[in-house]
Amino acid sequence: MADGIRLGVDIGGTFTDVVLEGAGPRQSTKVLTTYAAPEDAIVEGMHRVCAAAGITVSAIGQIIHGTTLATNALIERRGARTALITTEGFRDVIEMRTESRFEQYDLNLTLPEPLVARHRRYTLRERMDADGGVLIPLARADIEALADDLAHGGYDSIAVGFLHSYVNAAHERLVRDVLAERLPGVMVSLSCEVSPQMREYERFNTTVANAYIKPLMKSYLDRLKTRLRDEGADCPVFLVHSGGGIMDLRTAADFPVRLVESGPAGGAVFAADIAARHGLDRVLSFDMGGTTAKICLIRDQSPKTARVFEVARTYRFKKGSGMPISIPVIDMVEIGAGGGSLAQVDALRQIRVGPESAGSEPGPACYGRGGDRPAVTDADLALGKLDPEGFAGGRIPLDPAAAAAALDRDLGAPLGLDTLEAAHGLAEVVDENMANAARVHAVENGEDLTVYTMIAFGGAAPLHAARLCEKLGIDRCLVPPGAGVGSAIGFLRAPFSFEATRSVFMRMGDFDPAAVAALFAEMAAEARAFVRSCDADAPIGSEHKVYMRYSGQGWEIPVTLDEAEARAPDAATYLARFEAAYAALFGRTVQGMEVEITVWSVNAATPGPPVAPLDPLPDGADMQASLQRDLFDAGSGRVVSAGVHRRADLAAGATALGPALVTEEETTLVVPASRGLRVLADGCIDIHARATP
Amino acid sequence: MTTTVAHQIMWNRLISIVEEQAQALVRTAFSTSVREAGDLSAGVYDASGRMLAQAVTGTPGHVNAMADAVPHFIADIGIETMRPGDIYLTNDPWKGTGHLHDITVCTPTFHQGALVGFFACTAHVTDIGGRGFGADADSVYEEGLHLPIMRFASEGEVDRTLLQILRANVRAPDQLVGDLFALASCNEIGQRRLVAMLDEFGLANLESVAAFILDNSRRATLERIAALPQGRAKGQMRVDGYSAPVDLVVTVDFEGDRVTCDWTGTSAPDPKGINVPLVYTKAYACYALKCAIAPDIPNNAASLAPFVVTAPEDTIVNAVHPAPVALRHVIGHLVPDTIFAALDQLLPGTVPAEGAGCLCNFQMSVRPVAGAGPKGRRAEVLVFNSGGTGARPGLDGMNATAFPSGVMTMPVEATEQTGPVVIWRKELRADSGGAGRRRGGLGQWMDVGPRAGHEMTLSAMFDRVDHPARGRRGGACGGATVVALDDGTALRGKGRQAVPEGRRALMGFPGGGGYGPAAERDPAQVRRDLALGYITAGTAAEVYGLTEDEITRIEAAARRGELD
Repeated sequence: MADGIRLGVDIGGTFTDVVLEGAGPRQSTKVLTTYAAPEDAIVEGMHRVCAAAGITVSAIGQIIHGTTLATNALIERRGARTALITTEGFRDVIEMRTESRFEQYDLNLTLPEPLVARHRRYTLRERMDADGGVLIPLARADIEALADDLAHGGYDSIAVGFLHSYVNAAHERLVRDVLAERLPGVMVSLSCEVSPQMREYERFNTTVANAYIKPLMKSYLDRLKTRLRDEGADCPVFLVHSGGGIMDLRTAADFPVRLVESGPAGGAVFAADIAARHGLDRVLSFDMGGTTAKICLIRDQSPKTARVFEVARTYRFKKGSGMPISIPVIDMVEIGAGGGSLAQVDALRQIRVGPESAGSEPGPACYGRGGDRPAVTDADLALGKLDPEGFAGGRIPLDPAAAAAALDRDLGAPLGLDTLEAAHGLAEVVDENMANAARVHAVENGEDLTVYTMIAFGGAAPLHAARLCEKLGIDRCLVPPGAGVGSAIGFLRAPFSFEATRSVFMRMGDFDPAAVAALFAEMAAEARAFVRSCDADAPIGSEHKVYMRYSGQGWEIPVTLDEAEARAPDAATYLARFEAAYAALFGRTVQGMEVEITVWSVNAATPGPPVAPLDPLPDGADMQASLQRDLFDAGSGRVVSAGVHRRADLAAGATALGPALVTEEETTLVVPASRGLRVLADGCIDIHARATP
Repeated sequence: MTTTVAHQIMWNRLISIVEEQAQALVRTAFSTSVREAGDLSAGVYDASGRMLAQAVTGTPGHVNAMADAVPHFIADIGIETMRPGDIYLTNDPWKGTGHLHDITVCTPTFHQGALVGFFACTAHVTDIGGRGFGADADSVYEEGLHLPIMRFASEGEVDRTLLQILRANVRAPDQLVGDLFALASCNEIGQRRLVAMLDEFGLANLESVAAFILDNSRRATLERIAALPQGRAKGQMRVDGYSAPVDLVVTVDFEGDRVTCDWTGTSAPDPKGINVPLVYTKAYACYALKCAIAPDIPNNAASLAPFVVTAPEDTIVNAVHPAPVALRHVIGHLVPDTIFAALDQLLPGTVPAEGAGCLCNFQMSVRPVAGAGPKGRRAEVLVFNSGGTGARPGLDGMNATAFPSGVMTMPVEATEQTGPVVIWRKELRADSGGAGRRRGGLGQWMDVGPRAGHEMTLSAMFDRVDHPARGRRGGACGGATVVALDDGTALRGKGRQAVPEGRRALMGFPGGGGYGPAAERDPAQVRRDLALGYITAGTAAEVYGLTEDEITRIEAAARRGELD
């Protein structure tokens, strides 16, 4: 699948990034996102990179696309006229949520509104029990009567969620059949298909989100396909999903909720590819832009995945203030820490940074566009990390006096700090916030970060990556070239993949090898059939996982099985795998307890593109900087004189010792006194801890 | 790095460490109260037992209780006998968090051979023996096994005898032992992080960090208190009690650099298990005061110190041993509403109307009916649910949302997996939000019964049956609690009651009170409430004065999926 000419397209909030590979050197461009008709920016970018490569658009063999449109539609509530059909007695599941407050001390808390308001939520008399037995049968006549009511409502899209449908979906499927007859033009999303997992709030909400964005995404995807064909690009178009794999247009149109966060997922795939190229088994991917930072763990060249995440947080990125979406997803933490994040002093005389951001308008104080509050970029400038004349290739001159004034007024004066101390405090707080997020994420996954390598990309990451490494005890960080369009490059590295999951409850005491083998076979067939429909020839690999816990626990841990263990299941082996995984996570196993399996998954995927191994490289010249600049070195707590290098001047093999600064168009790499740098064969810059004498 | 910046960083780090500690507990716990509902807490302390940081979990009731707990461990165990690898525990209601069902585990942390601090955590376990979780005991002796402050592990060796005694005395021994190990593990994770932090910053102990945290917190809290108008006000509220009504009476005094809160005038202890140890009263009193006065200042020894809570001994809010205290949360959760009644006079326009207050919890003890065959099983199923919160000065109350507790409800599907019960209904209760300029939050309906072949008892833990949440400043009362069987048999708000096979218990949980006169409610909001079914046509006409035509039009539009 990696053969031929391929186009990667990432629609982001500000820019649409387009990358072309397979026709000479990689070409990339950024076009401002065109909200009214997002395909316009794609077409413009496509023509640009094709022209640069000297090819016609008809030469493109494949387009891989990811977009924030689905996420934005959820955040901005721009979805379809949607109804929900649910079990009688449970009309308010998506409104009552977990019945808790995500912020304990705020008397004026506002809870997020459900995507589908109460008068658009309908119920049917039916009920399954927890084992999938029918307690109340569903009458066809009731569905038909409801269909007539729905017809008057003029709905474009309908979500169906019944209790325990993850065990027995018969009633949901019956509703679909009747609606197909009675309301043929209306799109229907079933919870047993969108997210077949226990816990009704998460499942219903995911299904409602899917229904809500389905008409919009389907119409966009149809337009895109036509438009591309009209422009001469009559090639297959695939979508990147939240799990970092690729799916076809039809699946994307049926399950658009799986497109949520596909951009950041592409970033993680980008980092995973670099990890593979450098043979790194434990990587922390660190993507820091203007508003947020995203952190993801990559083990054995695969990003960590999860089954639930939260979208559209309404309250300072606070956990619980958004809506849960349960789909296979690359597991990352996103926090409000970017170049534009604003700082202030709180009641405790502590510096607080973010999540409020200055954005691009008015921007940090140093942009001189009317912003007068100190942002992370202002601190970076005051600390000497940024060259006031060289920012954005010199197109945005930075004003150090404005940065200093903002830092002095908002932080220095209340805390009695001078400008440098204030800037240092701000930068330390934002770096500590990101380090804490990374630590918590690592703990939740039972990982020790000190054996990890960081891969840093996104505009603000190179300014902060090395300090984060110091804080986290990470020895080595790679900053790849092309980091500004990392997600779009990542799309071109993504495998075709599909994860089939089932919630089937099984105690190890009742372990039934034949049933387990049959279940795995059925799921493998489903997942592989999908992947085969995207790529007719490639070999397909399968990864098998069970989610296990001690009976009575509520949270499972993933246990990976190999192909043979899935084909010829054996209780003792499953148990041993679980105990090993549990001890690694939580220190000790719990003796004498029954163990159970709750969720089963098979992920089928084509192998990633072949990894070009790197030629070993003799050490090149130790670069002498022609220029020196004062830099505040946070690790040693003093101002040092740093050598300044242009990235474009650094040949493969070149080395330099910190403190140093490496400048490029969009950003600057900061190499603290504790580190040195070396340019690798593929242009990555390796920032590593200096051997302690 | 300047010392100030380093200290700020370490403060943040400690807060992040206790959050990790809490998260590890959720992931490993067995009781649904901990793992689904978040009824737990976790904190870090300096070597003298002063609390430096506490995880923000679902349980304000643990706030002061946790702050006071570690000094009790220090006093009873003795610093000089503490060794690395030791783990201590207790469920003493008066030294822990108010009832036997909360187990507190405390672990001393050593660094470079010296004791540098403690980690402690608390979790609510489903069963601790005795009569089972409920209101019916006459003394604490009937409520379960009482574990005085003692060693759970000595230098890494878990006390097997203790485990045997525990296992022999509770209904769900695996769950309890599993939860104990989960509590111990989460402290261990906290310790690892703390030692790593001391290494990173080259510190031998927490002294300078502790001083920084406590000084800043004290100063920030005192600044808030200094900004308050001086004054004193009284708040009162009458609630159901077990068999006779209970009067809660509090006097709040903003005096100088402290806020005092005294409960003189409050009723004597109840004969049944709804009495509150003072530590739990203090926790919810502090919580209410902090919400109104200093919501953004983290909880620690210094930020809590200026809030002084007192109550005469042998009142329902300062019950002494051996009073039964299993459901201390019922009265405890009503403490904030009582304090708000006083605060509304001192700080007008700040606090909400009364809400459901206490969680609407019940425990189902299910067993097979005679001759049920092999599919029958016994189970203890505990569920947490919420009524509506009181309307706020500028906002409606929140529907079916816990306040002051912050725990979560358990998913219906998860609850039905834990035992042979069926929850037939769980949805918002129309007309239960008290009318007002701002409407009270809606309560909820819940219908439950045993699965075929089973019968059960329902241990009810409800209040506001006879004393619904009162509105404020002209707002109306919220809907009262109602409980009955589906055949019409009335049930009591508290106590263990039978639900035979084939029957269902129908429960209506209370709504919050309204704020301001209903006549002043924005008509657009009234129309929306009707369209969404938050109020019925009758209420729209009688309380808010909508005309028949308007109601017909709005209801017809709603059926078409339109808001008027």
